[in-house]
Amino acid sequence: MKKVIPLLIYILFLLVPIYWLLNMSFKSNSEILGGLTLFPQDFTLANYKVIFTDPSWYTGYINSAYYVSLNTIISLTVALPAAYAFSRYRFLGDKHLFFWLLTNRMAPPAVFLLPFFQLYSSIGLFDTHIAVALAHCLFNVPLAVWILEGFMSGVPKEIDETAYIDGYSFPKFFVKIFIPLIGSGIGVTAFFCFMFSWVELLLARTLTSVNAKPIAAVMTRTVSASGIDWGVLAAAGVLTILPGMLVIWFVRNHVAKGFALGRV
Amino acid sequence: MAEIRLQNLAHSYTSTPSGPEDYAIRQMDHIWEQGGAYALLGPSGCGKSTLLNIISGLLSPSQGHVLFDGKAVNNLTPEKRNIAQVFQFPVVYDTMTVFDNLAFPLRNQGMAEAKIHTKVQEIAEVLDLQSLLSKKASNLTADEKQKVSMGRGLVRDDVSAILFDEPLTVIDPHLKWKLRRKLKQIHEQFNITMVYVTHDQLEASTFADKIAVMYGGQIVQFGTPRELFERPSHTFVGYFIGSPGMNLIKVEPQPGGVGFASIHLPLSEAMQKRIAESEWHTLKVGIRPEFIHVWDEPFDDALRAQVVHVEDLGTYKILTLNLDGAPLKVRLAEDKPVPEGTAYISFPAQWLMVYADEFLLEAQVLGEQTSEQGAQP
Amino acid sequence: MNKVQNNKAWWLVLPVFLLVAFSAVIPMMTVVNYSVQDIFDQSSRYFVGADWYRQVLLDPRLHDSLLRQFIYSACVLVIEIPLGIAIALTMPTKGRWSSVVLIILAIPLLIPWNVVGTIWQIFGRADIGLLGASLKAMGINYNYAANTMDAWVTVLVMDVWHWTSLVALLCFSGLRAIPDVYYQAARIDRASAWAVFRHIQLPKLKSVLLIAVMLRFMDSFMIYTEPFVLTGGGPGNATTFLSQTLTQMAIGQFDLGPAAAFSLVYFLIILLVSWLFYTAMTHSDANR
Repeated sequence: MKKVIPLLIYILFLLVPIYWLLNMSFKSNSEILGGLTLFPQDFTLANYKVIFTDPSWYTGYINSAYYVSLNTIISLTVALPAAYAFSRYRFLGDKHLFFWLLTNRMAPPAVFLLPFFQLYSSIGLFDTHIAVALAHCLFNVPLAVWILEGFMSGVPKEIDETAYIDGYSFPKFFVKIFIPLIGSGIGVTAFFCFMFSWVELLLARTLTSVNAKPIAAVMTRTVSASGIDWGVLAAAGVLTILPGMLVIWFVRNHVAKGFALGRV
Repeated sequence: MAEIRLQNLAHSYTSTPSGPEDYAIRQMDHIWEQGGAYALLGPSGCGKSTLLNIISGLLSPSQGHVLFDGKAVNNLTPEKRNIAQVFQFPVVYDTMTVFDNLAFPLRNQGMAEAKIHTKVQEIAEVLDLQSLLSKKASNLTADEKQKVSMGRGLVRDDVSAILFDEPLTVIDPHLKWKLRRKLKQIHEQFNITMVYVTHDQLEASTFADKIAVMYGGQIVQFGTPRELFERPSHTFVGYFIGSPGMNLIKVEPQPGGVGFASIHLPLSEAMQKRIAESEWHTLKVGIRPEFIHVWDEPFDDALRAQVVHVEDLGTYKILTLNLDGAPLKVRLAEDKPVPEGTAYISFPAQWLMVYADEFLLEAQVLGEQTSEQGAQP
Repeated sequence: MNKVQNNKAWWLVLPVFLLVAFSAVIPMMTVVNYSVQDIFDQSSRYFVGADWYRQVLLDPRLHDSLLRQFIYSACVLVIEIPLGIAIALTMPTKGRWSSVVLIILAIPLLIPWNVVGTIWQIFGRADIGLLGASLKAMGINYNYAANTMDAWVTVLVMDVWHWTSLVALLCFSGLRAIPDVYYQAARIDRASAWAVFRHIQLPKLKSVLLIAVMLRFMDSFMIYTEPFVLTGGGPGNATTFLSQTLTQMAIGQFDLGPAAAFSLVYFLIILLVSWLFYTAMTHSDANR
């Protein structure tokens, strides 16, 4: 039982700052600046009300959610066939291609700021959701391919062969037989794609200005003449944590099994 | 060197068992005598591994006691029980050499290095591992790894019993017999109590002096391979031992014996009395294929059966017969003539077993013991 | 798996290839382009060869930033890897609590990076933050905005808070993959907890640790948002790491040439160190 204490301390370490944010989100600015209280003395939902009623706030969430979903769908769609190819076949340049994909994960986003800005502007995609979704693909697709390939390699080739003998065409086999078998792999991949895309700020902010402004950008730009609106900022922060918690609740079983990326 | 006694033992994996199905081990009393080589034989899922883990202390029984030399060891951890266990899956410490692997338990005990050295050399010699001593454990073949696992059990001099949990499962068939012989050798040399779990009856009979057959969480018979063959005390033992297994036919009592369909099988008076006195739901007779007597020529008092199929297996043949609806298998020596169409057979009285509710009914009353063999006293 | 040789597999890989090439190759070409040219405007561009590279590699501001970055990444690895392993060893493997602990551990990983910065920015302030106020009440002079040491400690603690869970979760899954038999055999062999860790758990964690070390190195080396939101890079330059320096150069000052040259050097450093880690860790495996 002594093992539990360090773990509890660590969990406390993780939860206290989040609690503090939650705490602040239910206070008015005057209470926040007036003094330190562990619980809100004047519990208020005003901050949340601001976010839900002020379009400049809630569109931030909608924008973020939109491009994150786009990114996850695109990444999965292109990564699935590619991962299958890496898993089942050898082909010219396969190892090099795989390695090149992984190196993209190692590129600092800062390096791409200006080039992306110019690239997406030049094709008229600046300040669109698809621009951010595509930009994030640079990092998410290699990861998706890597994770999915690991899971797919766990499915024996005999299943493919049996399906062909039974008369399935490749697309039908892939959709009806193969994909259900790697269900938890897809869950894990979607989780990671979501995770990276939802949290990334630099590229998302650089490629957007008004129409596709993500919530992260909205939050970093809330300094008004009267100073920072701490209460609203805290509420906004809390609301960005919720989607993550929901996602992980849904994939919790898959993540427990599949966090190994199928490779460990 | 220890006598292992199991008293009133039962185990359930669920914390609130509601019925016998929840028990992996049902009510059991058993003694493994010191220095013996025993096999624990049974099909998958009958509770063998559970029993082994209870003996070694890896599992705590939900009920009952485990005693070593009369001392209760229920509360002793595996470390304190002086037991070695070899698992199905070869466990070696990959980062260490074979030498270090064998030395590992001794180092944990704090033994002097010089003594460790001699001990390891000794065991390596017994197991033919000398040439591999400086090799990395991760680079060994499966049977070499398994030998190292066994070696770790043997190297300790305080070991009173070694438990083997189907250790030859991952070994190549042509290497299995070699290792089996090795184990027998070790047993003769070291005189340690050894319990060997397996689902292979051949392995069990070659290794063990006495075999405990386990079925449904209970030891249904404990005896020498010959006893198991000639007098199976449970229909499962009859079926499991022997190739092919014992023929079993469901019967009803009739005047003079038992019978089914149009067949009447006479039994001794004593046996008829036993049947009448005992309470049972199902009655069966069993006879081994080897013991059914096939007459060379038609014989009036013999039973008539239809010959369905003949299998020639070289040194013997297996006949499949139909005795008025009951399928029978008979084993014929190669020089005996094979009946065609109709076979004349009889069941010698000494080999015809009667089973009430799967357990053997014995006609003689031996002293004061009840002759109905069920759970061990 | 026995893979079949078939070049038609390229059709399956094509979408990925095109997408990533579009996102990677074109921008990279732009960067390379800028790194060897001096650009005043659309019409006047001059090829300057390796000039920018020379300038960048000799720039003391960059040296400082690089040094800070290396120190930062080193601290991160030294703290987070052992801590992650230790946490993984204490996590429950069965039962309801197992899922709960997993979820709690995963929460910091799912928070947008700017919010992470905001959380700690608030938390550390003496007026509105629990940490800041508590330290002040204990008489400790703590100000992450003005004091370099405080800023560094805060940024590191924030990173530990943010990312250790990743190491812990990876190690946890690695530990789960170890078959029970190993632990059973170790009990029979009377191995101490330390011996179990050293001879069973640690070796089996090798491949997972490799992933963890590489990910943490790469991500800490590229870090931008969290320190930027927390300290803005200050006080002064104290917590300005490479990404921020680069961003200042590229977007702030619009020094495209040097920024581009720097970008490539930056990328190459990461590739090189990652490769070194990879070889070191997989080599030690083969050599033993």
